[in-house]
Amino acid sequence: MNVASGYNFAYLDEQTKRMIRRAILKAVAIPGHQVPFGSREMPLPYGWGTGGIQVTAAVLGRDDVLKVIDQGADDTTNAVSIRRFFARTAGVATTTHTAEATVIQTRHRIPETALRQDQIIVYQVPQPEPLSRLEPSREETRRMHALADYGLMHVKLYEDITRFGHVSISYDYPVMVDGRYLMAPSPIPAFDNPKMDRMAALQLFGAGREKRIYAVPPYTSVRSLDFDDHEFRASRAPHACLLCGATDSYLDEVVIDDQGGRMFVCSDTDHCEGRRDGT
Amino acid sequence: MNIDLPGFSDPVHDAQACFRAVLDAMSRPGTVRAAGAGLLPPAPLAPATAAVLLTLVDGETPLGMAPLFQPAADWISFHCGALVPADAGRAAFVLATALPDLSMAAQGSDDRPEDSATIILQVASLAGPSRFRLAGPGIQSHAILAVGGLPADFVARWARNQRLFPRGVDLILCAGDRLAALPRGIRVSEV
Repeated sequence: MNVASGYNFAYLDEQTKRMIRRAILKAVAIPGHQVPFGSREMPLPYGWGTGGIQVTAAVLGRDDVLKVIDQGADDTTNAVSIRRFFARTAGVATTTHTAEATVIQTRHRIPETALRQDQIIVYQVPQPEPLSRLEPSREETRRMHALADYGLMHVKLYEDITRFGHVSISYDYPVMVDGRYLMAPSPIPAFDNPKMDRMAALQLFGAGREKRIYAVPPYTSVRSLDFDDHEFRASRAPHACLLCGATDSYLDEVVIDDQGGRMFVCSDTDHCEGRRDGT
Repeated sequence: MNIDLPGFSDPVHDAQACFRAVLDAMSRPGTVRAAGAGLLPPAPLAPATAAVLLTLVDGETPLGMAPLFQPAADWISFHCGALVPADAGRAAFVLATALPDLSMAAQGSDDRPEDSATIILQVASLAGPSRFRLAGPGIQSHAILAVGGLPADFVARWARNQRLFPRGVDLILCAGDRLAALPRGIRVSEV
């Protein structure tokens, strides 16, 4: 692919990168805490991954190999566009194979393949504040984080259990980072939450519209919020992938006709293809 | 004047490489990374120290500086555009060769713990003779940091900083063309 001329490496100017890099370092030093940053206007609308793109642009180097996924897939519009954006503005190599990537930008999934310590995963985050639906004021939620006062969220989980018999959050399930900060894991399925716990790779989170960056260092405890007598359980559709037969991966339900026909397939396309190729 | 000494030969990619070294060191405390190889900064700046300044410090970040670094002040202000704050407690970065009083630097607040200083400490060595055991986020079981040039009472002074978490200062240690880091949450003990 042709590298676009007239842009700085990875699109952002160096002053902006320095500002984002400083925010990332503070975020790493305070795991799970949301650090404000001067989010820039990007050549795509808020909600399409502007936060993740800015974090990736600040991190990316010439020798990096970039993978971008959207809901687990490498071949959807958002993933293809962002991958092409960096191929053109930074000239970096791209891949769809999790194991070959050094930087993985993701919207709403964690790859099934375990990540290594030489990899960085960048999450696109629409709403970084886990308490946003319970308390509209950001001044108030900031205070709650300062005091580690997360009673409101425990009440929400408790009310779910009394009404439904279980916690009714299936994605963006809140987590405690290193026992201190309540954190939104971005809208990944709760199925993926256990992968965040003591992950070998560095996890960075960028929210462009909300102008926040946060991070989880490697090997850091990430615990899904629960109760002693109602433990967190990661759930998945009780089927095998129709393409590769996997019974342990996260599945997408795909409608295949107008007769009510449907199939379940792996959401992680690279994982599914790898299993079918026998690699 | 020594502003004729060059900064990064390739400002975009050299800064990116140095940032990744600092990021790696900050994410995995105890890890020592190369930074600033090939840089020829004015004395007394070590190449790694100069690289960290060029990578992170600019006109938006007041820089507190130990008097010892005065011979390099022109170079720093020319290449980084850094402002020297009137009050050391307002500095976003503090450049030192001896561990300063950590409680005098910006600690951040409970609401905004990120408003704290990062101390760039140029030490004698990142290979010993002192050895510290590290524990906390970023460390799988335990890590060892070997460093020369920290004060004898470092463990006690750091413990006072660590107890402030999530407030507190972060430390970037530079020696020659190598660096390591200690984020505020890391517990340090004697080996």
